[in-house]
Amino acid sequence: MNQALKDLGDGIVAALPEHVTAVEQPMDELVLRVHTASLPRVLTYLRDDAQCQFKQLMDICGVDFPDREKRFEVVYNLLSLKHNQRVRVKVSVGEDEPVPSAVGVFPCAAWYEREAWDMYGVPFADNPDLRRLLTDYGFDGHPLRKDFPLTGFVEVRYDDNQKRVIYEPVKLTQDFRSFDFLSPWEGMLPGDEKATK
Amino acid sequence: MSAAEAQIRNYTVNFGPQHPAAHGVLRLVLEMGGEVVERTDPHIGLLHRGTEKLIEYKTYMQAVPYFDRLDYVCPLNQEHAFVLAAEKLLGIQAPPRAQYIRVLYDEIGRILNHILNTTAFAMDVGAGTPLLYGFEEREHLLSFYERLSGSRFHAAAYRVGGISQDMPEGLAEDIIAWTERYPKVLNDIESLLNENRIFKQRTVDIGIVSTDTAMVWGFTGPNLRASGVPWDLRKAQPYAVYDQLDFDIPIGKNGDCYDRYMVRIEEMKQSVSLMRQAIEKMPKGPVRVDNNKITPPHRPEMKKSMEALIHHFKLFTEGFHVPAGETYTAIETPKGEFAVYLIADGTNRPYRCHIRAPAFAHLQGLDVMSKGHMLADIVANLGSIDIVFGEVDR
Repeated sequence: MNQALKDLGDGIVAALPEHVTAVEQPMDELVLRVHTASLPRVLTYLRDDAQCQFKQLMDICGVDFPDREKRFEVVYNLLSLKHNQRVRVKVSVGEDEPVPSAVGVFPCAAWYEREAWDMYGVPFADNPDLRRLLTDYGFDGHPLRKDFPLTGFVEVRYDDNQKRVIYEPVKLTQDFRSFDFLSPWEGMLPGDEKATK
Repeated sequence: MSAAEAQIRNYTVNFGPQHPAAHGVLRLVLEMGGEVVERTDPHIGLLHRGTEKLIEYKTYMQAVPYFDRLDYVCPLNQEHAFVLAAEKLLGIQAPPRAQYIRVLYDEIGRILNHILNTTAFAMDVGAGTPLLYGFEEREHLLSFYERLSGSRFHAAAYRVGGISQDMPEGLAEDIIAWTERYPKVLNDIESLLNENRIFKQRTVDIGIVSTDTAMVWGFTGPNLRASGVPWDLRKAQPYAVYDQLDFDIPIGKNGDCYDRYMVRIEEMKQSVSLMRQAIEKMPKGPVRVDNNKITPPHRPEMKKSMEALIHHFKLFTEGFHVPAGETYTAIETPKGEFAVYLIADGTNRPYRCHIRAPAFAHLQGLDVMSKGHMLADIVANLGSIDIVFGEVDR
């Protein structure tokens, strides 16, 4: 375990005891779990404190865990050029639960939040411009959610009669194949029905 | 006519998505006050292919080729980030020879990228010849890609645990010969641009990004260094064998388009030296870890050993399982910090693979960079920050 990272994590927890819920260090990377409401406070502290100086927000992304009570995780990756350290801040939010925007602390959060909103449907309160970013104009749904099918719902083609591109429901000429390697056998084997009786 | 009536109303201009200077499928909605740009609103996503979603449905080995298709100007650099992330979660390290080959090809990728960017940028602001000079050299470099992997662009050569195949005989000598020839070509390109009056009129003091602005907007790579920050992940957080190689980090002073161009030119010279060092120091030995649960057995062995055959079959159907965990692994690609945030859940497929693309942040910074500039300077700014839509849109 990296001692410098541990000290840094302990220092942050000591400074913000009521905001940080847990400190982890998987793979020698510092991870802070914080309350959703505390996010701007924690990010500001990480940016300004002399021991932290995490002045660069590298990345924000969402992660979907459909089985959890609070379904989404929003992950912030920060970098400190001064101390050559990285830290990861995580918040857990339920569906439709807004996350306070980080735009006030890091202006470059704007697009990352738009991406997370687009891909996962996590709303960011007070983001001044929360439009979709990567998907098509008029797209419906949030494609990186685990319950969104890989094939999507619509496909486009050029219609020669209407002289324009039209949207149609997806038609697969071959069933979508997803191989399950976790259970050794797929479905029932002959004779299995006897075992369950 | 009263003064109020004479005042020019702001109007919007659509730039792209089909525009030769848009470097791909960028649609910019520009709010103009006369010929001065008030606001830039990039509409991206026209090349969105859902790479992150697709990777969730593929095994770790099948995920590698998707990284070629992100920044298709320097494909192998991005594969490097992914294999490093997966290797970190698996707790393995590629053999030394593989690490040297990776460094060699990362630097080839860096030159590939910088040739395209600097010369295409020069063409955007009016100089067509450097592009023709540069593309001949790019062809040579792409043939080195082809000799390692069999394909010119989408190499898919790196594997979790090493390289798919060792370099063929004679390749190292040819690369050395190329590194001896290339500085002269680079010199020709520089002589056409560096002191060129038109080129300097179009680039010097255009799109100035201060150090603070660059930091706040998440700039990395040459764009950050052009603003005077000596930050390079190859030095600061060395991966592969960069800590054993000797190179300098060129930085700029003013953070304008000209500095961004010059930083890339200097980086190419460093890369040439790094390529030579990598070949000189490259040890002999295997290029894949000796663990058939992760890398396939050698062909002759497979013909004789039942166990090797089973390993081969299992590896190419099921793939290997990566223990649960997560990592944010970043490397210095030619455009800046490219990172893979990989979450594994213990199965043979990544649970989540988020890709941090440097150009995404740079394109967001285009608005601040271009405010108050003329319409023609948008083209210079866009060319100088080095955007490739494969990685912006993912």
